[in-house]
Amino acid sequence: MPRQLRPASFEAAAAALSGAAAGGEAVRIVGGGSKLRWGAAAAPPDVELRTERLDRILEHNQGDLTAVLEAGVPLARAQAQFASAGQMLALDPFLGPDHEATVGGVLATADSGPLRHRYGAARDLVLGMTVALSDGTVAHSGGKVIKNVAGYDLGKLFTGSLGTLGMILSVSVRLHPLPSRTATVVGDSAEPGTVARAAGRLAAEPLELEALDVAWSAGRGGVLARCAGSASEQRARRIAELMRGHGLDGVQIVTDDAELWARQRAGQRSDRGAMVRVASRPSALPRVLEAVQAADATAVGRAATGHTFVAVSPAALGTLLGHLPEGAVPVLLDAPDELRAAVDPWGPPGDRGAYELMRRVKQRFDPARACNPGVFVGGI
Amino acid sequence: MESGAELVDRLSGICGADHVLTHPHALATYRSDALAHYRQEPLAVVLPGSAAEVREVVRLCFEARVPWVARGSGTGLSGGALPVADGVLIVLSRLRRILSVDLEDGRVVVEPGVTNLSISRVVAPTHFYPPDPSSQIVCSIGGNIAENSGGAHCFKYGFTTNYVTGLEVVLSDGSVAQLDRDAPGYDLLGAFVGSEGTLGVATRIEVRVVPRPESVRTLVAFFEHTAQAGEAVSAIVAAGIVPGAIEMMDRLSIKAAEEATGVGYRLDAGAALVVELDGPAEECEARFEEVIALVEREHAIEVRVAADDTERELIWKARKAAFAAMGRIAPAYYVQDGVIPRTRLSEVLQRIDELSAEYGLQVANVFHAGDGNLHPLVCYDAARDGEPARAEELAGLIVKTCVDAGGSITGEHGVGVDKKAYMPSMFAEPDLEAFQRLRCAFDPHGLANPGKVMPTPRLCGEVPGPYREHPLERAGVATRF
Repeated sequence: MPRQLRPASFEAAAAALSGAAAGGEAVRIVGGGSKLRWGAAAAPPDVELRTERLDRILEHNQGDLTAVLEAGVPLARAQAQFASAGQMLALDPFLGPDHEATVGGVLATADSGPLRHRYGAARDLVLGMTVALSDGTVAHSGGKVIKNVAGYDLGKLFTGSLGTLGMILSVSVRLHPLPSRTATVVGDSAEPGTVARAAGRLAAEPLELEALDVAWSAGRGGVLARCAGSASEQRARRIAELMRGHGLDGVQIVTDDAELWARQRAGQRSDRGAMVRVASRPSALPRVLEAVQAADATAVGRAATGHTFVAVSPAALGTLLGHLPEGAVPVLLDAPDELRAAVDPWGPPGDRGAYELMRRVKQRFDPARACNPGVFVGGI
Repeated sequence: MESGAELVDRLSGICGADHVLTHPHALATYRSDALAHYRQEPLAVVLPGSAAEVREVVRLCFEARVPWVARGSGTGLSGGALPVADGVLIVLSRLRRILSVDLEDGRVVVEPGVTNLSISRVVAPTHFYPPDPSSQIVCSIGGNIAENSGGAHCFKYGFTTNYVTGLEVVLSDGSVAQLDRDAPGYDLLGAFVGSEGTLGVATRIEVRVVPRPESVRTLVAFFEHTAQAGEAVSAIVAAGIVPGAIEMMDRLSIKAAEEATGVGYRLDAGAALVVELDGPAEECEARFEEVIALVEREHAIEVRVAADDTERELIWKARKAAFAAMGRIAPAYYVQDGVIPRTRLSEVLQRIDELSAEYGLQVANVFHAGDGNLHPLVCYDAARDGEPARAEELAGLIVKTCVDAGGSITGEHGVGVDKKAYMPSMFAEPDLEAFQRLRCAFDPHGLANPGKVMPTPRLCGEVPGPYREHPLERAGVATRF
């Protein structure tokens, strides 16, 4: 069992990290623990540095639509506070069965949900970040205002770094107004191409959708288009007409749509099978869905950004990968142990120059190689 | 180290003698960017004609350990493209091809010298490229990458960093890296955009374009005082409305802009607030009515709604003319770029008024009100003894006021040389050291745009300890699962 450390301050966290690093120990940084198994299988860490006592909402500046959160704040708790002021952090990944995912964990994994369609990825909502490095440095970057170009954007570098550069201590984020009303238009088809092309044509229209998802399961797929705002139902009626025109069946407007979207989020994780995130050009979506069908898999995804989450049985993984279109980049997120032991979930490092840079970044920020060694791309 | 003459010969060998400038008259053209009071002649100016030539030039500089600065159109307002003495200025204005336009995926691939506006033009009328700095007619997309440029519409639409999806970059050792937003690994793209040319130079740029909004509604509201206009902004934001643009001008900037354009802005007003909503027609209409009610509630003395595109252009004409029109008020000005949390607007403006009175110098305020990005223009006359120095001091105090209010020294112009002295007001030594780690990962010899961003020169140390290789790395290629 790794040694468990639960620092309650930035200084204590930095000291814990540098102490372990100085002793040559490998450190895993743990938030809610809902995505602990993402990344490559590596030797068990010597130390687990847990963020659970770094759980304060340091600022919620309602008038400025910003907030500063410690890494261990459960995202669900932060969202509840923002919602009470009619606001939200527009970052809505699946938060785990007990809503345990923390702000730090969501950022370290760059996880996201359907709202990515309109509001961008996790990195697009980060205004500033405070991190601890393995030599004990506590460093701030960015700021607390929504517009700021002073200094390097280390918040983006650490977002998605899977704890391999250091420990995220706190983050300042941009908030958005919580929509007063929403309405979701759904339509379906048994043809992957019809589903994908209908979604693609909606994406090309100036509809300003809150989210635009596809789903595929058991030989049938659907498109979900969510409108938000005071005129959302009016807009939904227009979108319903468009969907019918694009050949979708069973088109209907759902105004009580929270459950629909909760299902899309839950579809991004897999308890027992494998979950593959596929990044592709949006125009490749028809062929991605064909691959999903070929592998007898289920999928949810963001039609306009080209991110598809595929739940597939380990036995059919090869079929899925073999059918993916050229240029699509798969990353294995969830997987049973035997599968994780057998493959590199990241696939081969892509561009050689970029990979060399990543290695150099790792060397500069974590020369002791203490932070989550071996779990990242190409063994970083 | 070879001599300057040898270096120039070799640069000519790469780009052709016609594209290597060394004559003092030619160098003078390039000694400044748009922040003209910083001047420095480089050893040579080189205008490569292709990405391959850029690579060769950078490689040559690396071998000779000569520093270099990349320059786009030179419209930057922080001295970011100021040349380095004895260095090479790499001007990218010949790299201006649009390489591909893919409207189905909403992607455009361009060379770095392509202007910002030409991207929107090439995808019109169905799409547009949202980041729109005021200089968009001439500023280059490569420069936008370096500065993470914003613009009037970034409160709603975001900044350059939110739209760049891929970059080919040349690092200071002449090697090339492809940074792709969707590639697994560190977000090197996010680190590169806004790094002010200190991490390398982009030679190929892929950006995302988005559907042009269906409906646009614009108004200008006049108020007696900026405080009331500030309250109106707060009321609009509190109502959950995210305007496409929301811009404020104070009495002095209204006067300058109106004298320059004659579009009919009210000279008796203390503040003008331009509000533009865009989006789906139904939503835009409903919310625009709300905005009108809110500005009236906050005591607007007059609200003018643009009835058509022509009237909309007129409203914007005054706002866009504000900087240039300031020449009517004073022979010269310092423009600052501080950002504040928007809710602190009234007190910060009051503090600027006090400072202005104390220094006996006029300060005009033009700003992006939604995101709290102020552009105070500190007016001065260089012919008056000591006035430039007093103006600079006043400008510095305004920046400090912004930082003290919880803001930033720069919202969109960048640090460059102009604001690097203010960096320690925002960042402590460990923060700057962390920045330096990134810099050293990309450019260990400090050859790319040295002397910018960081307040004091720093060198990169060797990486301590051997890098322990993971077995997957040793194997060369990890297994594809």
